Amino acid sequence: MVDILRNYDILGAFWVTIQLSVLSAVGALVIGTVVAVFRVSPVGVLRVIGSLYVNLIRNTPLTLLMASSILGLSFVLGLSISDQATRNAYWWAVIMLAVYHAAFVCEALRSGVNTIPAGQAEAARSIGLTFGQSMREVLLPQAFRGAIAPLGSTLIALIKNTTVAAVILGTAESAGLLAQITENEGASLGTFFIFALGFVILTLPLGIATTNLSRRLAVKR
Amino acid sequence: MKSTRFGLVAAAAVLALTASACGSDDGGSGGSGGSGDSGGGDGIKIGIKFDQPGLGLKKGNEYTGMDVDVATYVAQQLGYDADKIEWVQAPSAQRETLISTGQVDMVVATYSITDERKQKVSFAGPYFIAGQDLLVRSDDSSITGPDTLDGKKLCSVTGSTSAQKVKDKVPGVNLQEFATYSECVAGLVSGAVDALTTDDTILAGYASQDQYKGKLKVVGAPFSEERYGIGLKKGDTEMCTKVTDAIKKMINDGDWQTAVDDNLGAAGYKPPAGNPPTPDACS
Repeated sequence: MVDILRNYDILGAFWVTIQLSVLSAVGALVIGTVVAVFRVSPVGVLRVIGSLYVNLIRNTPLTLLMASSILGLSFVLGLSISDQATRNAYWWAVIMLAVYHAAFVCEALRSGVNTIPAGQAEAARSIGLTFGQSMREVLLPQAFRGAIAPLGSTLIALIKNTTVAAVILGTAESAGLLAQITENEGASLGTFFIFALGFVILTLPLGIATTNLSRRLAVKR
Repeated sequence: MKSTRFGLVAAAAVLALTASACGSDDGGSGGSGGSGDSGGGDGIKIGIKFDQPGLGLKKGNEYTGMDVDVATYVAQQLGYDADKIEWVQAPSAQRETLISTGQVDMVVATYSITDERKQKVSFAGPYFIAGQDLLVRSDDSSITGPDTLDGKKLCSVTGSTSAQKVKDKVPGVNLQEFATYSECVAGLVSGAVDALTTDDTILAGYASQDQYKGKLKVVGAPFSEERYGIGLKKGDTEMCTKVTDAIKKMINDGDWQTAVDDNLGAAGYKPPAGNPPTPDACS
């Protein structure tokens, strides 16, 4: 067990897991917010685009998205981000994680918007705010505060889903390194335990923090 | 108070995670693993690959490949007819566990004999000596071995021994890693990667597949030695001796050569030096 800790860069692999999580979480938040605005907008076309995005992406397995990013987009269509295969796979993994989880972020935010009494949106419009202004000044700030708990769940799911990147990324990331250790040393409960513990350390505080935050930031009505 | 509650949650989470590790995807028909006794008893469970063309491939209810032929021959020598064999899928990561928990009686699944693995299971064999090689498009003559990989895109499977070896051998290699070799082959055929590296047997298996016939070739310059053995329960010397005798008999009969030619020969593949091998003594 000590040998495994010494011979393999487990901390380095978890660092890549954290990088993937942070980068794709930011991406998912941005895309998810845009799609959520689409879905509550007064323009019919945007609402259709938003719901198409959510239903298409949310119901596609992440493994499929990952594999098709390299096999389809990069290999067949030639959309390469870098000539270096590992860099290319790294950024495609970030993009696919962001795109996939944006669908869940969107739905969390939309449910946050729905907690706001309809009268507030009507009041905002009636004092002359445009849709964009009422979104920015009235609805989204409250929606984010109301959606913290589900957003936290999405973030935890995202962190665990970074392991799916192993199907294209190789051994840089924790699930890939686990595959390599298993190949070299044989499968053992101890190795598995170390990696499981790593994810518990990453996700458990997040769950506690978002639960606390959601309680503290809840909009009192 | 609060911290103990968090402690409990943490403990429960860890327990749940650990428990899920014990599950097995083997849908086989129950029953504890058979002992190593021969004599045509209930049957024999053999672990093979289900997804490796030329070595161990499941197609409907048909099993084909060199590993399957070797396993069938050995089982027959142990007193089990072909219809007494129950095939179990043995993915690389689960091979030791399948053997040590008795879910299979033997594993014949491109299983290289290594010192690390010998600490967990016993090996009979080798029954074949493979070597790491390169698979390229048949019109590509620029790649002749690991030294000619500069500026080429290479593909292998995440965490595999082959991927690690090529990283050591060719520092700074441009390596794309996928979950399975099939994805690499797709990339190779489409021209997105220039070479696929792993054991030459696996490469020959892909090159012999109908849809790739004539499109791919094995370079034929192996740069490692993989000694395929039959994995058995640790310390079962009696079984090991019987299996070793069966392998020797298969090589002497000429059935070994037939199995190699039938399964890997279609793409002009010749087993590397050292074949047919002399099985090690059991210990």
